[in-house]
Amino acid sequence: MSANLIPILWQATLQTLYMVALSTLLGTLIGGPLGVFLATSRRGELLSAPWLNTVLGLVVNAARSTPFIILVVAIIPFTRLIAGTSIGTTAAIVPLTIAAAPFIARLIETAIREVDAGLIEAARAMGATPMQIVRKVLIPEAMPGIILGLTLAVVSLIGYSAMVGAVGGEGLGDLGIRYGYQRFMPEVMLAVVVILIVLVQLVQSAGEWIAARFDKRAPRNRGR
Amino acid sequence: MTGSAISFQGVTRRYPQKGGSDVVALHDIWLDVPQGAITGIIGRSGAGKSTLLRMVNGLERPSAGKVIVNERDVGAASDASLRRIRREVGMIFQHFNLLASRTVAENIALPLEIAGEDRAKIAPRVTELIERVGLTAQAGRYPAELSGGQKQRVGIARALATGPRVLLSDEATSALDPDTTRQVLELLQRINRDLGLTILLITHEMAVVRDICSHVAVIEGGRIVETGETYEVFSKPAHPTTRSFLTGVTGVAVPQFVAGQMRDAPQGAEAEAVVQITFIGSHATDPMLARLTSERGVSVNILAGAIEEIGTKPFGSLIVALPAARLEESRRFLEEHGLLTEVLGYVG
Repeated sequence: MSANLIPILWQATLQTLYMVALSTLLGTLIGGPLGVFLATSRRGELLSAPWLNTVLGLVVNAARSTPFIILVVAIIPFTRLIAGTSIGTTAAIVPLTIAAAPFIARLIETAIREVDAGLIEAARAMGATPMQIVRKVLIPEAMPGIILGLTLAVVSLIGYSAMVGAVGGEGLGDLGIRYGYQRFMPEVMLAVVVILIVLVQLVQSAGEWIAARFDKRAPRNRGR
Repeated sequence: MTGSAISFQGVTRRYPQKGGSDVVALHDIWLDVPQGAITGIIGRSGAGKSTLLRMVNGLERPSAGKVIVNERDVGAASDASLRRIRREVGMIFQHFNLLASRTVAENIALPLEIAGEDRAKIAPRVTELIERVGLTAQAGRYPAELSGGQKQRVGIARALATGPRVLLSDEATSALDPDTTRQVLELLQRINRDLGLTILLITHEMAVVRDICSHVAVIEGGRIVETGETYEVFSKPAHPTTRSFLTGVTGVAVPQFVAGQMRDAPQGAEAEAVVQITFIGSHATDPMLARLTSERGVSVNILAGAIEEIGTKPFGSLIVALPAARLEESRRFLEEHGLLTEVLGYVG
């Protein structure tokens, strides 16, 4: 591989990291509260609002069942409205966020539903408000699961970010297609794949390490 | 109602069923829980005791009737005033319900944080509570690193954090071994004495009632079938449910060699009935079996026995074999003299 490809690979890596980081952050800001609400708003639950729960559940499912590549092109007008342009790395963050938010919402909903109902009852018996229960009991207790869920979301977003080349999103996936496939430079494609593998490995290991730090369920002298 | 910390007044709880008749979990409950005492509600699973306990802090609301706690109607309280009431009513649980993500000290601090207490006031209060339950060395540990008994101590300290006047205990010792159970019961007793706290506990174990409850209510099928001072109820149990709990409390069992050949009905003229005799108070010291033999000529064979104390009063149980042909007469004789009898089976 010629030396002048290194800066190109480096820049593409930074673009991918930028897109994934920002869409994870925004996706969590939207999907986090949504997930908490979905986990606590069925009939008879803490924030009981069965109709809203059903409607939001349908919206989340609809967003999740749309193939990402279709989502990217389908929302181009919306992307232009938000980002001011429909082309480029920043514009790509809009569809990535819209794909990430419902996914993250479901992952966080699942993590929160794992929390023992006895803890909610104990907190209610202490005179906690529903919001106090969410803040002081549900989220801290679900933290290991939430971190592992977000790890999964980041890994998925790394994969999704390869597809935003379709709207000029650039990044590693786009580089692999343009250089490796269209310019017949298989070594670039190989380099891209290796970098992605390393990235995913790093994210997964970091996520598991952080989740284990939060997980106090197992005695310290056993396992992690 | 002076003197009662909690008063159930005609409390009924129905659970509406889709397209069918309601399930009645509690039926017209009238019960006064005396101030500063330890009261036990004993019943089998599904008897409604858990629902009854949860009425006191409004986790369950009555369909009819009133639940008065510290002179306030819990069933009719608004959400906001219910939260205030709950800070005056601590609760401990069978499975402890501690937050795995918080240390011992942080778990105990939780109700204070919820009550909006200053951080500066929380720390000394938590230290004091940890000392009270004897967990100073474990303050920085997580629940997963504690034994069951230690976890329940944390639960108790947490329940006491906001300075409640009433403590509710939901089968708090049912997940613990006998030794640990005794320690936790002793702690509850000490708290009751030192703080003058009213304790209302539910249990399915008569031993818990025997060990610490001054008052008891027996619940069966959503109804209170018997209530009063523990000693009174124990010495004159009127209801079959109370009797069956009583005979189960002494821990006396039929010896293996007899149990192996026991039948449900007598066979032959030589058959013997295996009878459990439970005796309370002064009866425990009367030589009733000797009198059964000398006055009625019934020969009695003692298979197992034990005598324990409720408070300072003897309470005992014997398992005996006596001729099946003389069974009814013998039972009548013993019951007339204030002993409880229960036929366990027959050997041929």
